Amino acid sequence: MEDILLLNTIERYLEGRMLPEEKSFFEELRTNNPAIDQMVVEHKLFLQQMDEYADVKNFKESLHEIHSKLSITGEIRATEEPEGFGGKVIQLWNRYKKVTAIAASIAGITALFISALAIYFSPAADKNQLEKLSKDVEAIKMNQQVYNKTLKEVTASNKIPKGAVLKTEGTAFLIDGKGFLVTNAHVIDGSGAIVTDKDGNEYNSRILSVDRQKDLAVLQIDDKDFTPIKTLPYSIRYEQPDLGEELFTLGYPRDEIVYNMGYLSAKTGYKGDTSSCQLSLTANPGNSGAPVFNKNGEIVGIITTKQTQAEDVVFALKSNNVFKMIDSLKTTDTSFKNVKLPSRSSLKNMDRVSQVKKAENCVFLVKAYN
Amino acid sequence: MGYFYRNHVLKSRTVKGDPNEQALLKALANKDSKAAETIYKDNFNMVLSLILNNSGSYDEARDIFQEAMITLYQKAKSESFVLTSQLKTYIYSVCRRLWLKRLQQMGKTTSGVENYEAIPVEDDIEIHERRSAELGIMDRALNSLGEPCKSLLEAFYIEKKSMDQIAVSFGYTNADNAKNQKYKCLMRLKKLFFSQYNIGE
Repeated sequence: MEDILLLNTIERYLEGRMLPEEKSFFEELRTNNPAIDQMVVEHKLFLQQMDEYADVKNFKESLHEIHSKLSITGEIRATEEPEGFGGKVIQLWNRYKKVTAIAASIAGITALFISALAIYFSPAADKNQLEKLSKDVEAIKMNQQVYNKTLKEVTASNKIPKGAVLKTEGTAFLIDGKGFLVTNAHVIDGSGAIVTDKDGNEYNSRILSVDRQKDLAVLQIDDKDFTPIKTLPYSIRYEQPDLGEELFTLGYPRDEIVYNMGYLSAKTGYKGDTSSCQLSLTANPGNSGAPVFNKNGEIVGIITTKQTQAEDVVFALKSNNVFKMIDSLKTTDTSFKNVKLPSRSSLKNMDRVSQVKKAENCVFLVKAYN
Repeated sequence: MGYFYRNHVLKSRTVKGDPNEQALLKALANKDSKAAETIYKDNFNMVLSLILNNSGSYDEARDIFQEAMITLYQKAKSESFVLTSQLKTYIYSVCRRLWLKRLQQMGKTTSGVENYEAIPVEDDIEIHERRSAELGIMDRALNSLGEPCKSLLEAFYIEKKSMDQIAVSFGYTNADNAKNQKYKCLMRLKKLFFSQYNIGE
């Protein structure tokens, strides 16, 4: 306890927060007591080191942010492949332009012909191979009755306007502590939505933007009961995860939050879709929109669909799509002006249980109604 | 192995520092994120080609470039700082030197490289490496501290949060409790730090 008091005093001295009398008294103590003088010198050096450490660390982080930003806007290259070809290639191109054009058109015509044949003879594509993981509320009503949950449903959903019909359910997670959430577009199959945290508290929310093509939607909690979160524990990663990387997810296949883990099994999604990736983990209806974390607590994807014929084949939208969407919304919609995606995960080096404990507060159950 | 060689670097060797660039670096030292962004935008692709042409990957190029940015930042913050060449030349030289070192560490050949010296940056890199070694001690000390001490001290010293904010986000009943906990953690951290760090140096 005495050491703490001394350390406190030294810190106040070094920060110049002492009154003049106290200061002169302390300086006298310092000259008379070499041990204390030594401690002051030592602490000063320590604080300098800490300052420098903090400074460089913060600078490194800003560099990461700048890198992500510039590679999105295309001001720096985002991959190894150069976007333009060198002078030699252009010269070659000029020389063989005609030949190439003829060859290309022949190839094109042949390709068209073959693909026409292929379409004609192949069976119609099975559109039902993918199952969206949002819950269709009508469809599972029976189950709910079996589990005797209907009663809870009615009493708990006091924020849903009277007469409204629940349409779909899924998962959403905060991307900004001020109450901005991301989920799948197919989860928001209604005119309004409420979100519920893991403790069952419900909040009204507004649907800000829906991008059906990317299957992404942004909601904002619009409820006086909601207390904004200053810093989100996780970050959203722009870079893609690696094959075999261990991943975990938190979602609401039930009314309760459910944890699941697995790994990245392929870098592309269904039929080679590069905007998503394939995971091997267990996901059920209701997991749609759930964040996929890596071991550092960085969000690398959002669960969207699973393959119906195969077990544990789940597809997740890569998280860089969130950056792209928010960036484009920022240019068109002023309500996104202050949205700042979390860039630093405080979950690094933590064990899984504490990671989940911190992250689960930011993952919500979404119910869309009409 | 390609050559570490670019025409414009050799041409610009004798050019003295540009006043605009000097101002840009001053802004960088003052934590102006626009300045960092400008420098990043103007130089990253150059460094990327350098590393890619010399058996490196995209991620390695990003690491090397960001390390050079930190070297530049630390240099810009020191009072005696004067830029004696064009910024591009400086960044190129630092990255080239850093990459050579990295290649040597990995045991790869670096032949055919030495002939094309850009500008001498050894001293700056040495200072940078000494500082990183010191900061490495702090990093290791913090990481071996365990939770909640690590997060608590980071929140205070790195994120510069107030004790009141920390008390709220870590669930302490009041700022005084948080403060007490902070001092306990701080003492442990100092012990870990000074077991590695020699004051005499």
